[in-house]
Amino acid sequence: MPFINEFSYKVALHCWRALLTLRKRGSDSIKKTDWKLIRDIFFSFLKIGPVTFGGGYAMIPLIEREVVWKKRWITVKEVTEIFAIAQSVPGAIAINSAIFVGYRLAGFKGAVAAMFGVLLPTFWIVILLSVLYLYVQDNHYIEAAFVGIRAAVVAIIAYAAYKVGLTSIYDKTTWLVAITSVIVLYVLQVHPVFMIVGGILTGLIAVYIKKYLGIVTRLEKESEQID
Amino acid sequence: MLLLELFTTFLMIGFVSFGGGYAMIPVIESEVTVHGWMTTQQFTDVIAIAGMSPGPIATNCAIFVGFHTAGLPGAIISTVGMVLPSILIILIIAKFFFQFHENKYVKFAFYGLRPIITGLIAYSAIEFAISNDVIGELSWYTFSLVAIFGLSLFAVTKTKMHPILIILLSGVCGTILYS
Repeated sequence: MPFINEFSYKVALHCWRALLTLRKRGSDSIKKTDWKLIRDIFFSFLKIGPVTFGGGYAMIPLIEREVVWKKRWITVKEVTEIFAIAQSVPGAIAINSAIFVGYRLAGFKGAVAAMFGVLLPTFWIVILLSVLYLYVQDNHYIEAAFVGIRAAVVAIIAYAAYKVGLTSIYDKTTWLVAITSVIVLYVLQVHPVFMIVGGILTGLIAVYIKKYLGIVTRLEKESEQID
Repeated sequence: MLLLELFTTFLMIGFVSFGGGYAMIPVIESEVTVHGWMTTQQFTDVIAIAGMSPGPIATNCAIFVGFHTAGLPGAIISTVGMVLPSILIILIIAKFFFQFHENKYVKFAFYGLRPIITGLIAYSAIEFAISNDVIGELSWYTFSLVAIFGLSLFAVTKTKMHPILIILLSGVCGTILYS
């Protein structure tokens, strides 16, 4: 999809400019940079990274323990709010949370420090494992092992779908949307990006249509209603 | 301009990866295969390794794909592309709308977005099953893969076994059965 790439290149330029202006504004409000705090943020998140196996969600309790209970940087209420936002914007939840906490504590520099703290150790571990994999992938036994592993990965992805489905699919509309999306993907091979944009539009339109028809929509699984 | 291509691709993925973790896998998979950087089967191995590594799975996938495609610079560029949207969006929200997730329209959007993400992950499970012969012609080989799939699914749902352990055990099964 070359046009998407061209588009995202332009988006990248805009991002960079926006980041620069944000940074300028940030440095106005925080006059002097507390480098000790920034170093502290970096090392706190650095410690969390390499011990959290099992994806971003595994990091959540550790981040909370570190920033709320050990460092006493922010309150439980704030960190819960941060996790909620981190989940509702694009990107990995652990990285989003780290950026948010870092920004809260020390502005733009804090955000960058926290992000690198989370990323650096795992980056090198993944590189190490990749090198290892590229070395051994042609080995007879490893090749056989990966045939089995691939079947297990399919199961893990199927389970991920089931788990996401538990909180996403709970009424007729959400069932319809989910099943239609699988059929559309299978038959038309639509690019996932269009599906995601389509999902956002479907949500907005569906709520208004149901409102027009006088049907109450539950926006989340736990009985939160709008009329 | 392989590096630029990696950067813009993962930048785009970073912007649309709602839901984190496994929800990003269908998007990354489609981009990686469209660009011809990897086959779906190779990408399955990437997911296995990303799942065995500490840290967020989607970022780990980006690092591996970047490394596989263009070495260390590729890995760095892909990671930067992936996290740049995160940092930008979080900074904007932290500065201007802290009540973002309480917003009415955001909630409306998620009402449609969540089931679509479920559909995307479910479809990618089917796609991965086909390219890795879990869904295939009737043979002993297919049957054995279905058995590993079934046992893994049972282990992850019923016994709550850790995915890393499941990956390792299925690797042992693979070595015994297919070498």
